[in-house]
Amino acid sequence: MPPVAAQTLYDKIWNMHLVTERVDGTGLLYIDRHLLHEVTSPQAFEGLKLAGRTPWRVDSNLATPDHNVPTVPEERVLGIAGIEDEVARIQVQTLDDNCAEFGIQQFDIRDQRQGIVHVVGPEQGATLPGMTIVCGDSHTSTHGAFAALAQGIGTSEVEHVLATQCLVQRKAANMRIVADGVLAEGVFAKDLVLTIIGQTGTAGGAGFTFEYVGEAVRVLSMEGRMTLCNMSIEAGARAGLVAVDETTLNYLKNLPFSPQGDDWEAAAEAWRGLVSDPNAVFDAEMRLDAAAVEPQVTWGTTPGLVTGISGEVPDPDSFADEATRETARRALAYMGLEPGTAMVDVPIDRAFIGSCTNARIEDLRVAAAVVRGRQVASTVTQALVVPGSGLVKAQAEAEGLAQTFVDAGFEWRAAGCSMCLAMNADRLEAGERCASTSNRNFEGRQGHGGRTHLVSPAMAAAAAIAGHFVDVRELL
Amino acid sequence: MKPFTTLVGTVVPLNLANVDTDQIIPKQFLKSIRRTGFGDNLFDAWRFLDEGDFHKTPNERELNHEFVLNHARYNGAAILLAGENFGCGSSREHAVWALEEYGIRCVIAPSFADIFFNNCFKNGVLPIVLDNVSIRKLFEEVEQREGYSLTVDLPAQQILKPDGVTLAFDIGAHAKHALINGLDDITLTLEDAAAIRAFEAAHRANHPWYFPQ
Ligand code: SF4
Repeated sequence: MPPVAAQTLYDKIWNMHLVTERVDGTGLLYIDRHLLHEVTSPQAFEGLKLAGRTPWRVDSNLATPDHNVPTVPEERVLGIAGIEDEVARIQVQTLDDNCAEFGIQQFDIRDQRQGIVHVVGPEQGATLPGMTIVCGDSHTSTHGAFAALAQGIGTSEVEHVLATQCLVQRKAANMRIVADGVLAEGVFAKDLVLTIIGQTGTAGGAGFTFEYVGEAVRVLSMEGRMTLCNMSIEAGARAGLVAVDETTLNYLKNLPFSPQGDDWEAAAEAWRGLVSDPNAVFDAEMRLDAAAVEPQVTWGTTPGLVTGISGEVPDPDSFADEATRETARRALAYMGLEPGTAMVDVPIDRAFIGSCTNARIEDLRVAAAVVRGRQVASTVTQALVVPGSGLVKAQAEAEGLAQTFVDAGFEWRAAGCSMCLAMNADRLEAGERCASTSNRNFEGRQGHGGRTHLVSPAMAAAAAIAGHFVDVRELL
Repeated sequence: MKPFTTLVGTVVPLNLANVDTDQIIPKQFLKSIRRTGFGDNLFDAWRFLDEGDFHKTPNERELNHEFVLNHARYNGAAILLAGENFGCGSSREHAVWALEEYGIRCVIAPSFADIFFNNCFKNGVLPIVLDNVSIRKLFEEVEQREGYSLTVDLPAQQILKPDGVTLAFDIGAHAKHALINGLDDITLTLEDAAAIRAFEAAHRANHPWYFPQ
């Protein structure tokens, strides 16, 4: 046999799924797992039906409603009838109807396994190493933590995947992100990824698939790796990857959708090969010292506009080119911030711990450890904890974390996207400032006129207690 | 899908980098289960001073006269000239539906976010990448001359400027063919159904764990 050229992890998964290559260089990529939610699927199902088509492979699909569901427990027990907003209710009902019509498995609004689709897939073992995974949601990149090629797609592509089990795509370039050293106590995957985006900018990853490597990544839990991969899209990369190791396999063993028994052994053996070859060539590389990363806080209206907690709101005039200066000026005007203000002097109105970035059990444990025995500041009007799934919620309740939050003055909610994008009633009012563990600080993201600062769960918890941003390491 | 061949249209300049899809169509409009009805709410938080929802028609809204789309000289624009990384953030195809319904058939920018870029082609909207120098020049010319319009010739892959200068652009052969003929991607892919089926059988044999028993 001729020698096979050294391949990156991305190359391997790509080649493993390439059905055919077209003359113009685009590939037809076979899709193993298709995740669905209520917002980006109705028009796809409608298109499918209008064309008289049916799903190519029903059992590759898994659905759950998340963006629109109410998180107030009293509303949630009512199921779909508990959704006050009629337009939203129809949308969740439509997902129910479509799943029933086509026989697609759904964790519906009353199912304990319901949750944010990117929390649900991994915790069920529906996300497996080497898979191609798509979902009509840009944060599908989350699943790359399992060495799965996971990408967000648009609604027309959702319909395309339903109908053909394939995605038409041009292969991306490879970028390796090396995080040397180990994150310090009180510094988390969220701080690492915000630091990375601060350096790449929001478009620096465009056209690349990231692979995160290095000591700091190797010692991260699966939850931490998911946080890292989740925000790849905020750097412009459609997908981020972490290679398979024992941490990956230990997490997946015995999950409901994971292979069992002999199948598990065979699969695990194959998955151990899902790493980049030692001499594989990357098109680009970025290297940073994870040990030097401090807790991060965004100050602007894109995730790349970020600084360490010891830093201050920058002066727009300090940036090198006029376009960046103008962006910073606009951002500060929207955010209501003055140049030179220390980040620790920025007060908050609300705190939100939740979203597909940071609402897994580990995130809640870290946040609970910060708030234990303390009280939310009187100037903070609302501090919300929204677990990522019904199972995370149950686990947190069993561990006493929910009680810790409630005792400290937090509201404890049912699973969903909630104030990450404010499609339901959880939202900021105009001018309000929020410490948020979500992934986007775009204008209006958490409510019309709302101001979002992205932080880790520990930092959000600390800000809720202090009433302003504070270095969580002082509270540990 | 509406075919796209040659477009003659007025250009509206939006000189901002990193315009995200949350701005192009805010979240409250994503509750719809239809593909239509988004044009009135394109750039909602920038076009209007009050907060929009499904129940308000544009006539009841408070216009933000500062925002470029509301300047009379850009009424009826069909081409949007934008900054770097246009369409970043959320995968919502509603952003393209809103642009298309508003009347924008072509977006010209130095770079686009990947998912948005793909979504355009599915809806008869042509995203064109041009180099920074050409883009800067276009911004200057649009601002200087009222009614500035361009001719976008997709078959020839070029843009004709009022001064007679032409700018060539790249596009994948497959995407070009589909746009010109208004073809839907699914039909094209299903021409490879036999290949997909054969691939699937081998994939199942090699990786049975991806296929629930
Ligand atoms: S939690 Fe936020 S980012 Fe994640 S899927 Fe939901 S809305 Fe999107």
